[in-house]
Amino acid sequence: MTRVNTLVAKELRSYFVSPVVYVVGAVFLLIVGLLAYIYIVFTGAQAIQLMQVQGQAQINLNDLVFRNLFSSIRFVLLIVLPILTMRLFAEEKKLRTFELLMTSPIGLNEIVAGKFMSVFVLFLGLLGLTGLIPLTLALFSDFDWYPILTGYVGLALLGALFLSVGVLASALTENQIVAAFVSFGLLLFLWLLAGVGSLLGDTPAGQVISYLSFMEHYDHLVRGLVDTRDLVYFASALILMLFLTHRVVDSTRWK
Amino acid sequence: MIDVQQITKRYGQHTAIDRVTFSVAKGEVLAFLGPNGAGKTTTMRILTCFMPPTEGRATVAGYDCLEQSMDVKRRIGYLPETPPVYQELTVQEYLRFVGRLRGLAGAVLTTAMSREIERLGLGSVQHRLIGNLSRGYRQRVGLAQALIHDPPVLILDEPTVGLDPKQIIEIRELIKSLAGSHSVILSTHILPEATAVCQRVVIISGGRIVAEDTPDRLSTRLRHSEKIALTLTRPPGDVEARLRQVDGVLDVHGNGPAGHFLLESHLGKDIREDIARLAVTNNWGLIELKLISMTLEDVFLKLTRHEEELTPGSDAAAGLASAVNENNMGVPS
Repeated sequence: MTRVNTLVAKELRSYFVSPVVYVVGAVFLLIVGLLAYIYIVFTGAQAIQLMQVQGQAQINLNDLVFRNLFSSIRFVLLIVLPILTMRLFAEEKKLRTFELLMTSPIGLNEIVAGKFMSVFVLFLGLLGLTGLIPLTLALFSDFDWYPILTGYVGLALLGALFLSVGVLASALTENQIVAAFVSFGLLLFLWLLAGVGSLLGDTPAGQVISYLSFMEHYDHLVRGLVDTRDLVYFASALILMLFLTHRVVDSTRWK
Repeated sequence: MIDVQQITKRYGQHTAIDRVTFSVAKGEVLAFLGPNGAGKTTTMRILTCFMPPTEGRATVAGYDCLEQSMDVKRRIGYLPETPPVYQELTVQEYLRFVGRLRGLAGAVLTTAMSREIERLGLGSVQHRLIGNLSRGYRQRVGLAQALIHDPPVLILDEPTVGLDPKQIIEIRELIKSLAGSHSVILSTHILPEATAVCQRVVIISGGRIVAEDTPDRLSTRLRHSEKIALTLTRPPGDVEARLRQVDGVLDVHGNGPAGHFLLESHLGKDIREDIARLAVTNNWGLIELKLISMTLEDVFLKLTRHEEELTPGSDAAAGLASAVNENNMGVPS
């Protein structure tokens, strides 16, 4: 475990030395902030309209701001997270530092865990900063915190899944651009499975395909529904991706 | 300490190394000599558990490289061909990271770090980012990395590449100082390096071991005749014929620069005195008379060259060329 910590600390250090994190972080926070601003202003306009018509307005910030915001953040993560994960293995292979890791007394499990955890910690940090949005809104209005907390849990799980796909893609190649595109493609595929599932409707095949996509599981959490099935989905998808990463990294030694 | 039995590594159809067998005793320094692509790096990667062999068995300190790789990795310091450094870390941060990966912590780690920084002369750059260091410094950081946990076995893939002559001498001294307490395998294609620091040389070519012995014995074994370099300032026209008349001279080559001759004589017979007398009596202006021991370079070329390329005259020509090289180039060793 101390070796995993060592690796996580080193990875975080590498992240913060490179400009990529600052650029990606700034863009992520800017877009999320902008989205929040748009939804809030839009909701405000609606409230004024209702006031004019009915004389009073019951505005539900949970529905009008946060659910929209949580849905939109998915898109931002889809684009942003592959950029964060692309370097994890690809760069090590390109710069030949991979040999150092592989010939040090540290297990492959520990390497994969360290790589994933470093980028996950980074992501949680970025996510934490977006917490300023509900905190600021709480100063001026009343809303239900429960779905916001489950929404954040959903975002953390969704992020973990996206990152694990990115880690896998990075293990497949030594070219960072290729790694980013592969993870982007895989995530988009998982996304579109939801569309295929809903086309097939309430058939067994449709249900299976819908289950495989992260969309409905995430939506449940955003709506404040905590269902074990959704948690099991995220946990098993994460473990599968990290297991595949382990296999891919291991197999590169045999070639 | 290191025992390699019949290891073979194939990449698809291509056989990188073919039934390689050798061993290294405790405290011994072994040079792995061979042209590029001979299989040196592949062998080292198998020993460091970076990749498994297709066939055969390798053990380090009694532990199997395949089955007990963690035990092997703990006992090995490895410097790959490209120093595995993180450019975004400073020298100190990097060494601390590597030390922790190898299980060092606290005061032990601090001591190990200052020991290696001192030993490799990294004091002035320890707070600088590795990305801003020259090739030579990166190579030294790579060596510090391999040594930080003071492993009993060191595997160094071309450790002096990219260093200037002064640094090369320093690193060779360092490797020599490790002999006795550490078992070292180093690969090189620089021949004087092997002679300078190693007790034993393994010559590998095309994935096979073609020779294994001490540097001295290798050259003796492959030498068929003594060679003598002779330089005269006023050689007469019939000098070659007259030299040939000296008892014991097998052949005389005058195909070097004017006045330079290469004499071959029977093994074990020193004809220098007779030659000197002849030259001085006839006032030929003798300025050099030197016994050439076959250099490792010749051995190497002889062993790694394909049979069909060998022509009867090329041997002597190579000898003469290396004699000239030795005089003019001053290769550091």
